[in-house]
Order: sequence, then structure tokens, then C-alpha cells
Amino acid sequence: MSKELIRLVNCTMAYDNETVLNSINLCVKDKEFLTLLGPSGCGKTTTLRIIGGFQKPTSGDVLFGGVRINDVPPHKRKINTVFQKYALFTHMNVFENVAFGLRIAKRPEKEIRERVSQALALVALKGFEKRSPSSLSGGQQQRVAIARAIVNRPQVLLLDEPLGALDLKLRKEMQHELKQIQQQVGITFIYVTHDQEEALTMSDTIVVMNQGNILQIGTPTEIYNEPKNAFVADFIGESNIIRGKMIRDKLVRFSNCDFECLDTGFAPNEDVDVVVRPEDVKIVEPSLGQLKGVVTSIIFKGVHYEMLVDTEDFQWMIHSTIPAPEGREIGMLLTPDDIHIMHIDKDNMPEGAEEAEE
Amino acid sequence: MKQHGSTFKGRHFFTIPYVVWMAIFVVAPLILVVVYAFTSKSGQLTLDNFTRMGSFWAVFTRSILLALIATIICLLVGYPLACALAREGPRLQRIFLMLIMLPMWMNFLLRTYAWMTILENTGLINSILSLLGLPNISIINTQGAVVLGMIYNYLPFMVLPIYSVLVKIDSSVIEAAQDLGANSYQVFLKIILPLSLPGVLSGITMVFVPSVSTFVISRLLGGGKNMLLGDLIEMQFLGSAYNPHLGSAISLIMMIIIVVCMMVMNRFGEGEEQAVIL
Repeated sequence: MSKELIRLVNCTMAYDNETVLNSINLCVKDKEFLTLLGPSGCGKTTTLRIIGGFQKPTSGDVLFGGVRINDVPPHKRKINTVFQKYALFTHMNVFENVAFGLRIAKRPEKEIRERVSQALALVALKGFEKRSPSSLSGGQQQRVAIARAIVNRPQVLLLDEPLGALDLKLRKEMQHELKQIQQQVGITFIYVTHDQEEALTMSDTIVVMNQGNILQIGTPTEIYNEPKNAFVADFIGESNIIRGKMIRDKLVRFSNCDFECLDTGFAPNEDVDVVVRPEDVKIVEPSLGQLKGVVTSIIFKGVHYEMLVDTEDFQWMIHSTIPAPEGREIGMLLTPDDIHIMHIDKDNMPEGAEEAEE
Repeated sequence: MKQHGSTFKGRHFFTIPYVVWMAIFVVAPLILVVVYAFTSKSGQLTLDNFTRMGSFWAVFTRSILLALIATIICLLVGYPLACALAREGPRLQRIFLMLIMLPMWMNFLLRTYAWMTILENTGLINSILSLLGLPNISIINTQGAVVLGMIYNYLPFMVLPIYSVLVKIDSSVIEAAQDLGANSYQVFLKIILPLSLPGVLSGITMVFVPSVSTFVISRLLGGGKNMLLGDLIEMQFLGSAYNPHLGSAISLIMMIIIVVCMMVMNRFGEGEEQAVIL
């Protein structure tokens, strides 16, 4: 996983003065599972369609193996797509759907038969050859769509929220299956989703987007543990985002209390966003905590309890396996490792962040 | 349970007017046609009406041939039109649909009379031709004029069903085909055409059936020289040759021809989607 395969250079997309993509730069490496993650309208699907050739960027270049492919139509790209709504051919059976690309490429009949049955085996749909797509469940239709794309052995597979229409349990199963398929066939997957959990589960690289900009590119661990700004922190998992002031390197002040942290490189007394993951807050006796608060609500979430704790100036969300009853005063303890400091990014303020700083 | 039964009965009740209507105006006349076809003037059972059919062979073949030509031309003109229409923006689509439907809101006879004045030997076309110093052409009272009349009157019935099927094809299906390597020619041949087949079949039915049985168009534009099945039947009931028994027999044969045609068509379109039958 090293060779560069696709590169977007300063790609901009605009319709009638409305900028959908704002000069993005992106590099996709060979055989990696890359996820474009962001809320709806962030430009992730547009990015995918530009790579697939269904849209031309208003300006900027698309490079495939170093060659500019802006003007290459979709049917001439070594890229296949799995569409959001499956887009199966309802007038053909499952076999013919999967065989479509091979028939267009005029492969010999014997080869078509072999490759189609391999592809169907890969998506666990052996024996469904003669069925009509409309007689299949959503999950099965999605697998046909995947088989139809990978049977052509593309170098890149584009997936546009392919699991969006499936129920939660099926979606989780398919996430693992997709990851397995990707490792088995060894091709590059570019995956679009707004579901952060999906992105964390499957990806080698996550690209977080918002309002036509790329905010951060990194591995799931990097994105989760070291979000670059409050938006990323809030979008990837849940976060407490509180306004603070950097006193000096490795010391931040918020809620009238100084905390040691690990961050450096901020101006003295710079206003910053302080991000703390709900699961990083430790509940202790009120006298032992750095902060004190009162539990205002507690919800059982399965693996943990989700508690809202009011302090003087902020409402904290805490995830813990040990419940504290409503109305109880608790202490909260934060170690330097738990505190993430971010520059204030006014353009990409997450929803709710403004309320939180009140 | 009781309530369920009573509502069911109630619903049943509502169908009675239509059942009565059907019985009086559809089933009874059909029975009468069959009875007439198999009896003679004196009221005796006979097959004479059918054995005489051979002498009308020319009319049968002409009717079917002209209707077939009109249907094929309607398809060749209507399909591309429907395709172009389905691709336009919603505003333009509405305007064009309106323009296609507009003539249908005018009286059928009036429209056909209008064509007479256009095609006549001293009509619009020939006036323009002589104005330009060109020799006159005779169009009226030819088979061409009859086919023209059929196409003009029935083209909307070809365009509309095809259009309504085409607009329902999801653009992502077309993108998927392109994505899998199909060029625009292959996309049309392998995706759009098969998916629009139900519309094509109902278009063909809706043009062919009225064309094969028309008598106004052939009377007004064909000038009696090009008698069609419709004219022949009309003559037996209202015209000089008054013979309802023979007329019924011809009608029956025509019905059988149409039913057979439609059965063949539906065999073609055998799939999940059945063609809309008139």
C-alpha cells in the first residue's frame, strides 16, 4: 500500500456561483480503503462522481496513475461504481446483471461464466443466477451490485453510501463483508458515507469533509484521537467541546480551572477549543475531582451509561460503565492525555458548539 | 367479522351499475353480432357469411397493410420524439406534451376535414406549388393520404406511452451501464430499449387497432377508392349494400385478427411488466 493511484489537484466544482467543492487536493494510494466522510451536502458524493467521470470539475485536474483523465468518459475508466440505489438492470436476471460488463467487453462465454460465478461466490450469492433482481432483498440486491462491479476487476471501486438503505444489523454485517471482499480482491475502494462508525470500522484512510473542504485526512485512529478541529472532533464520535484559553505550552484554562495537557505551539493566552471525549472523563468523589457537577440525566446505552452532568458553566456528556444516579453530585477527573486542544475554526463550527460555550 | 362481511357486500353493491352497463352495452351487442354473423336474412343458421369473405380479400390485406405502415411510421417518428422529450427539463416537457395532446382535443372529423383542404387538388399544398411555378401533385384519394391521416391522428397514442415509460427509467441505471463500459449506443440497445419495450408495445397496440378499423379517414382522404375494413362494415349496416349479417361476420373476423395480433405482441413483451392493453 504505497503507490499513488489517483490524485485530485485543486479540484473545484461550482454550479451557478455556488461552490460545491473548494479546490480540494486528495491522493488515493493503490489497494487502500479510503472513506470520504461528512454530513450531507459536504461534497463527498460530488468528489466520487468526479473520480467516476460522471461530472467534470469546473477547474482542477484528476490524475489516474499520473495521467490526466478529466476528459475520459466513465465507460473508458478502469473504475467501477456501486450506486446508492443499487441501479440494477430490472430486465435482466442476476447472472446477466453481473455479466453485463464482461459482455460489453466481449469476453468469451466460458470466461464470463467462470468470472460471474466467482463474483457471485464472493458475495455469497451462489445459486441466485436465475433470480430477478426485484425478487431479492435489499441486502442481496446490494451484493449483486457489488458483484457486478468487481467482476470487471477494476483498479478502483467507488461506493456511494452503498449500505444506506439497509437496516442496522445487516449494515454491520455488510461492513465486515465489504472489508473482507476488499482484502480478498485487493483493489482500491473509495467509499462515501455520512456514518462515522462505518468509516472507522472499514477504512485505512478517512477524509473528513465539510462544505466543500477537506478538513482532515488520516487513519481512523488519528482522526479519532487527534481531530484537527472541533468539527472533526464532533463529527467523529461524540465530544465535549468547551471554549478555553491556552495559558502556555501544555497548560490550558477552562471552567476557571487550569489543566495540564500535551499540546504545544499555541500563542500565549490564545482562545482555543478544548475537546474531551465523553468516555475519557473519569467520575470520582466530589472532593477528588478537578471539576464538580450534578448528574441531570442518565441513559442506559448497552455497553455504557450516558450521563449529562451540569457544572457551573457547561453541560458535560460522560460515558461510563459505572452509573451515578440523577441528582448526585460527582467529581470529574481529566488527565493530560484526555484533553485535546484545537485552534478555533470559525468556518466549520459544528452545530451545538456555540451553545456549548455559553 | 360481521362488519367485514357487510362492507364487502356493500362494495359489491357498488359494482352493480357497471355490471348492468356491461351486460346491456358490451355483452348483449357481442352476442347479437355473433348471432347475426351465423344466420341468414331469413333467420336460418348458415356459414354463408363467412364463405363469402374470400371476395373481400383485397380489402382485408389493404386494411392490415395500411395500418401496419402507419404503425411503423408512428413508431419511427414517435420513439425518437419520446426520447428527446424525456430528456428535456420539466418545463419544456410540459409544453411539448401539451402541443402533442392539443390536436386530440379538437373534433376528430374536423381534423380530418382540415387535412382534406390541405391535400386537395386545389388545396393548400397545390396552391403553394403553383404559386412557386411547380407542377401540381395529387395526394388526396391515394393510399398515401390515408396513411398520412392515420399517422396524424394516432401519433400521440404512440408517443405518450413510450414517453411515460422512458421518464421513469432511473438515471443511475444508465450511469451504471456507462460505468460498466457501455458506450451510448450500447446503453440504448441494452438498457433503454428493453426497459421501454412495454411502452412500445402499448403504443403499437394503440395505433394499430384504431388504424385497422377506421372508416372516416379512408372515406375522407381515400375517396372511396381505397376501401378499408371499416368502410366495408359500415356499408353493410348503413350503406347501399345493406346486409347486417355479412357486416357482423366481417366485424367478427376483424376482432379475431386484432386479438391474435395483441396476443402475439404480449408474447413478445413477456416479462414482469405487461403491456398496457387497450
